[in-house]
Amino acid sequence: MLFIALFVSFFFYSAGVYTSGTALIDAPSASDSVHRGQALFRENNCWACHQIYGLGGYMGPDLTNIVINPDLGPDYARLFIEEGTDRMPNFELNTREVDDIIAYLEHAGAAGNYNPKKGKVTWYGTVEYDRE
Amino acid sequence: MEQSNMTANNRDARSGINFIILGLLSLGACVLMGVLGAFKYLYPETLSGFEFHQLRPIHVSLAVAWIFLAAIGGIYHYLPNYRGLTLAWPKAMQVHFWIFVITGIAILTAYLMGNFGGREYWAYPPALSAPIFATWILFGVNIVFTMKKEKGPWPVYYWMWMTGIIFFLITFSEAHLYLIPFFNENIVRETTIQWKSYGALVGSWNMLVYGTAMFVMERISGDKKLAHSNQAFLLYTLSFIALMVGWAHHVYAVPSAPWVRMTAYIISMAELAILMKIIWEWRASLTPDQKHAHLQSYRFIFAADIWVFLNLILAILISIPAFNLFSHGTHITVAHAMGTTIGINTMILMGSVFLIVEELAGERFKGWTKKWANQGFWVSNLSLLVFLSALMVAGSMEAFTEWEDFYEQSEAVVPMLLTFSISGVGLLAGLWMVVVAALSLLKPNATNEEPITVNA
Ligand code: HEC
Repeated sequence: MLFIALFVSFFFYSAGVYTSGTALIDAPSASDSVHRGQALFRENNCWACHQIYGLGGYMGPDLTNIVINPDLGPDYARLFIEEGTDRMPNFELNTREVDDIIAYLEHAGAAGNYNPKKGKVTWYGTVEYDRE
Repeated sequence: MEQSNMTANNRDARSGINFIILGLLSLGACVLMGVLGAFKYLYPETLSGFEFHQLRPIHVSLAVAWIFLAAIGGIYHYLPNYRGLTLAWPKAMQVHFWIFVITGIAILTAYLMGNFGGREYWAYPPALSAPIFATWILFGVNIVFTMKKEKGPWPVYYWMWMTGIIFFLITFSEAHLYLIPFFNENIVRETTIQWKSYGALVGSWNMLVYGTAMFVMERISGDKKLAHSNQAFLLYTLSFIALMVGWAHHVYAVPSAPWVRMTAYIISMAELAILMKIIWEWRASLTPDQKHAHLQSYRFIFAADIWVFLNLILAILISIPAFNLFSHGTHITVAHAMGTTIGINTMILMGSVFLIVEELAGERFKGWTKKWANQGFWVSNLSLLVFLSALMVAGSMEAFTEWEDFYEQSEAVVPMLLTFSISGVGLLAGLWMVVVAALSLLKPNATNEEPITVNA
């Protein structure tokens, strides 16, 4: 009984999270290039060192807003991806692959702003973020 | 303890032991990869031929393998040996084992060849997930049909094991939803559901591990009521709810709907309050005269208890959004992950392994094996303390200082990460001593051929 009740609530909750809980707010959905970039990000395991919205490894910086950040932007990102550094390997990607990854990072950044330290703390302990 | 329904022919003293041996080997390799990874992180130019983004998934996958193998092996061993239930399908256990071994080798090979394609815990090419899924079905069906033979109401750990298995299957599938367009075209949904699946995954292995802890406690104390008490079922219910929503404190900073984050906050707080209470129960359930019969096993469970307490404080803190804001994405999160997997899960599972060692090896658990298990216990726990403290300090520096940029921040925490890596070597030494001691007593020709005597 207990098991069934809990099990059923799990399903309803999951359905909520899958749909309304995570609907995109005025951001474009993914293009083909974004999908390819997404796959490349996995295949090269960029995840081991980088985060997007805080998910991922910590050896390198979070990349959520790097491409849409006017101070950094696509050319800045391209430099790292094409050349590598002494801490980040060079993955020998071709121009199109780099374009795809950049498209993916741009897509990631367009959905929201990941700069957790800039949130506003409410009196009961939660945090609100500006969406822009 | 009445075990009258237990007859010698129900027992198979080696049942599940090969899983435990493989698990111990995975743990040994896991900490080695962890130490190599830590030094690679600090000094990327060293260890050429190994890349950090290869070492990390190898380390993580081996850690997951250890936790699952030790829990699975324990269940396969306990049901026929201590619960008097013959396995519904003994052959399936062997098939399970060999599929696991072969898939494991394939995954490690993929990593070494730089072949990824998946994410985080499952960073290998996603096709290799299919055989893993199949082994869990085999395991689940086998165990549920075995437990169904039990006369009378199930003890709480049966429920926990069953739930752990079912939810493993669910969350493992969930972790692969990113392959479907409905999910991967929306970065918010994709990210949120990845976190959700990891949280539920950890929830599902916690079910297996806490169930194992309950079993070991019952075995040590001989108190049959413990696993049927309301308290135990309350823990079960809460772990279940935690498994559903406990992940969500990871997504405070993801732009998902506010209610998703709010539910997480409320439940996390309630769950932690109850966990506190459970610890009191555990402590009370262990009386000094009972612990001597299973001293090494008792020690590990006792250590887990202390780590539960320390991790709890940290978990409470990081569940508060206002703190999470700073701690998220820093080494505080790493401390949380490692503190729970090593401090709580590994200690509980070692408690289970040594329960089996103590009962199976009996008199042979003496001399160097006893000494190594004992010293390894202390070396690993003390190293773990330094290890986690260093991570906490590094994480706090990252969280609470305004850094010019990522590079300045990375430079600043190097001394802490060096301390972390060196204590990692201590942890490696300690765990290896324990692993070697256990392995030498569990290896095939080491166990008694005669049926073990059941202590009354
Ligand atoms: C072995 C770890 C590692 C892997 C794998 C890795 N990176 Fe990096 N990356 C880093 C580090 C570390 C930095 C910071 C630069 C430095 O310290 O050299 C960085 C920097 C970057 C930057 C610049 C970020 C900034 O804010 O300055 C981008 C963009 C980037 N990486 C993209 C990628 C992509 C795309 C991949 C996968 C194809 C990838 N990285 C794989 C470690 C890694």
